[in-house]
Amino acid sequence: MHASPYGTSVKGFRDGAGPRFVRMDPLLVLATIGLLACSIYAIASATKGDIEGSPNFFVYRQAAYAGVGLIFMFILSRVDYSRFREWQAGLYVGMLAAIVVVFAVGTAARGSRRAIDLGFFSFQTSELGKVLLILTLSAFAVDRMRRLGDRETTSRLVLLALVPAMLVIAQPDLGSGLVYIAIATATLFVAGTHWTHFAALGGLAAVAIVVVLVAAPAAGVEVLKPYQMDRLTAFVNPTENPAEQGYQQAQSLVAIGAGGKTGRGDAATQTKLDFLPEHHTDFIFSVVGEEFGFMGAALVLSLFALLIWRCLRILTMAKNLYGSLIAGGVTAMLMFQIFVNVGMTVGIMPITGVTLPLMSYGGSSVIVTLMALGLMQSIHAQAREMALTKGRDIAL
Amino acid sequence: MTPQLAWRVAMIGGVALIAFGLVFFRLWYLQVLSGDKYRAEANANQVREIKVQAPRGEIVDRKGRVLVGNRASFAVKVTPEKLPEDLSERRDVYERLGKVLAMKPDRIERKVDPQLDALPYAPATVKQDVDGRVAFYLMENRDDFPGVEPEQVFLRTYPEGELAAHLVGYLGEVNEDQLADERYSGVDLGDRIGQAGIESQYDRFLRGRNGASRLQVNAGGALVRPLTDRRPEQGRQLRLSIDLDVQRVGQQALGDSLGAFAVMNVRNGQVLGLGSSPSFDPNQFSKAIRQSDLDRLTDKDNGEPLNNRATQGAYPTGSTFKLITAVAALQGGLVTPDEVVYDGGSLVVGDVTFENAGGVVNGALALRQALSVSSDVFFYKLGQEANGTTLIQDWAKKLGLGRPTGIDLPNDLPGLIPTPEYRNEGFTEYERCVAKQKPTPEEISFGECGFLDRPWSVGDNVNLSVGQGDLAASPMQLAVAYAALANDGKVVQPRLGQRIEDSSGRPLQELEAPRARKLDIDAAHRQAILDGLRAAASEPGGTSADVFAGFPIPIAGKTGTAEKGAGRADQSWYAALAPYPDPKYVVVTTFEAGGFGAETAAPAARSIIEELFGAKAGDPPAGSSQD
Repeated sequence: MHASPYGTSVKGFRDGAGPRFVRMDPLLVLATIGLLACSIYAIASATKGDIEGSPNFFVYRQAAYAGVGLIFMFILSRVDYSRFREWQAGLYVGMLAAIVVVFAVGTAARGSRRAIDLGFFSFQTSELGKVLLILTLSAFAVDRMRRLGDRETTSRLVLLALVPAMLVIAQPDLGSGLVYIAIATATLFVAGTHWTHFAALGGLAAVAIVVVLVAAPAAGVEVLKPYQMDRLTAFVNPTENPAEQGYQQAQSLVAIGAGGKTGRGDAATQTKLDFLPEHHTDFIFSVVGEEFGFMGAALVLSLFALLIWRCLRILTMAKNLYGSLIAGGVTAMLMFQIFVNVGMTVGIMPITGVTLPLMSYGGSSVIVTLMALGLMQSIHAQAREMALTKGRDIAL
Repeated sequence: MTPQLAWRVAMIGGVALIAFGLVFFRLWYLQVLSGDKYRAEANANQVREIKVQAPRGEIVDRKGRVLVGNRASFAVKVTPEKLPEDLSERRDVYERLGKVLAMKPDRIERKVDPQLDALPYAPATVKQDVDGRVAFYLMENRDDFPGVEPEQVFLRTYPEGELAAHLVGYLGEVNEDQLADERYSGVDLGDRIGQAGIESQYDRFLRGRNGASRLQVNAGGALVRPLTDRRPEQGRQLRLSIDLDVQRVGQQALGDSLGAFAVMNVRNGQVLGLGSSPSFDPNQFSKAIRQSDLDRLTDKDNGEPLNNRATQGAYPTGSTFKLITAVAALQGGLVTPDEVVYDGGSLVVGDVTFENAGGVVNGALALRQALSVSSDVFFYKLGQEANGTTLIQDWAKKLGLGRPTGIDLPNDLPGLIPTPEYRNEGFTEYERCVAKQKPTPEEISFGECGFLDRPWSVGDNVNLSVGQGDLAASPMQLAVAYAALANDGKVVQPRLGQRIEDSSGRPLQELEAPRARKLDIDAAHRQAILDGLRAAASEPGGTSADVFAGFPIPIAGKTGTAEKGAGRADQSWYAALAPYPDPKYVVVTTFEAGGFGAETAAPAARSIIEELFGAKAGDPPAGSSQD
């Protein structure tokens, strides 16, 4: 690592025992706050007419979720993440319990049980599961570091991820299940698993996809719900028929395209007249595209790029492998969700029901994403602390 | 950090870079490059247009009297996507609607279903021409009639009924070919446009611009708010040169006979009257016409009422053709105005004897007398002399026969002037057909191989000289030929349309008549022929002198009696120019089974001329005229 041109002054400031939160990565904080602001702004505009008499219904709630999430983020950034490694078994069991409990007491929404009704908001445990999975898989990988080349290590880790992933897919929440698999892949990748293992896993995945999408339906076994199948395949042939899954995507394309260079503002009819489905949740990016045009969409994408860049940077500076693995998992989770969601809205990815981190309306998603970012800040803070105690300078 | 980890992080970074790049360029493509297309799609999503029909312009006669008007009415339509999906609920709607419209629910279904099959998203018509009170009831009780929508429509009315039906024409639904034609741009599927006569010829002026009620709807199809409407614009009013009074008299003169008349200003081609009998009531076409009615209107046994005999009739013209033979012979130097020819009652050409009508012997006569008494032999001789050339045919063509008149009506047909070439080619064809198909004599008599069963002979030219044989011309064409003689050799194109006006009658555009062709006819020749025609209508022995005895308007006129073959009554003609010596109008009348021209056609022409000049028999001779 090379020396920062600001090294001296920053060090001097820190030597003067400044407040600890400056150990947070300021650019990551900027990206986080920026995206939350964009989210609230877009939701305000998109949902103005959705609930008669309370135009700001969704805005207030999203702002509250963001506030709660930011508090969690702050707390987590002050905690040494290494402690979670000791609690890995408990966290893993807790995660499974949280997912399973949904089957028992969950509230159903549009044919799937995903959330526990907590009175003031319904909590999607599969979202929290993402963070818990990152923590536990990373811990497992660190424990088995010496036997990383063993096939057993890889297969155990994959198994650890597949159990919750399958449970989540059964809720059914296909999107979160895929995120779990992405997290597991990233953990293996950052841990340094051998290429041959990846090749084998890739082959198995391909076989699984064929079985689920082609062979099983042909044999009359329903692995995925028919609507999930439709959603996965619909992006290949968008349609004008509102009854079909491709309709959502077709309307999303029209919305984004109609936004043009600078957006349609209040004339954003795709959003305002409900042609765009789920406009404040899964298709929030289409709202940005229509109302604020290419400029708005590019701004949001840039903030995401900044976010990913800072996450990757924190990955490289982590004080230990556990930190690197957590950072890798969080980065993979964010990247996967961003590209699958945005790709869906612009018609290059299938519809999987993955939310856009920090942008989509929803307490579970926003709070859990902020918790994950809190972990990233913790990794960052720990790395800085270590650097300070070792007397090394780390570039901002 | 190990070098391996650094590599792997770099790879994750690379994946992120590629993914961001992909999304970025996809956005660029969608928003910057295709933005206009998607914006149009978004607008089409949210705006529903309900067509508001524009009334067509009215058609008035030269004095502003309405020939074709409009009547506001309502059509009851059903919009498929708003009808209840449940079939028994839909049935209930039909039941309720049937009570209001006095229709059985079954009939509504039978009427609507085929329309929805043909065009699934377009509204289907349940009943046309519904009373306003019924329409308002349906609108006020909209909740009881989901999917039912009364729509204001304008129906064409023809207050004069059968009068001038052929020339004003009628409306019909636009067809696919017309929709593709750029002359009909702005016309939508289901619109009714002019399909015959003036309605068709001047459709682009008469048709208005449909307006639209524009509504903003949401994804569920529910009304969000009304947008600015596009008001319908009524079509232009068209003023014709027709004089309704002249038209009425002409039509009455035809009575129930099969026949036609044409009245034209010889100087500018303005048509004051143009009628055909039997006629029809164009009101039948203002709504979709029933097939049985249409069959009746095109039935041959019924006289094919839709056929406009005045412009589409194709008849031999009988002696009225002598004017053309005379012009040709004088200009071609076959005869001079004063050259005397002996009419012995018949002329033998080869082994055929051509006789005067009725076998009369007229004795020695020059051109004027020959026209006056309508000597056939005089013209037979000219026809015989002209054979071997196409002198008569050429002049007939120059004077406007055998070619479209250029009148502003559709189906302006050329008719036929028989030439040696026509007959000889037709005969070759006939022989080839007989040799190949070997038809029985009976088949031949039915025209299996056509009727040109012999080549051209001198007899054909002799027949042509008196307007018999293969000649086929319409009253309008004959009127053009007579007008040319009266008008110093100018061949005018007949015009019906005079002026485009706004709906209150203010002129917008004069419809200029096309330039007339000028023929070079010696003034002395012209005058000799006119004198002959004048004598025919005025001097003792003149063919129509009796009809016009004591008539106050000086007339030059020619009778015609065309033979149409064994067993069929002769066709009667009269062509008149008035007033002599400086004619302003030409009047041509014909009766398909009228016998001698002087008996039916001439009196009809006389009534028309009376009306034109506001004169009655017994009035003092008038040289002045009125428009």
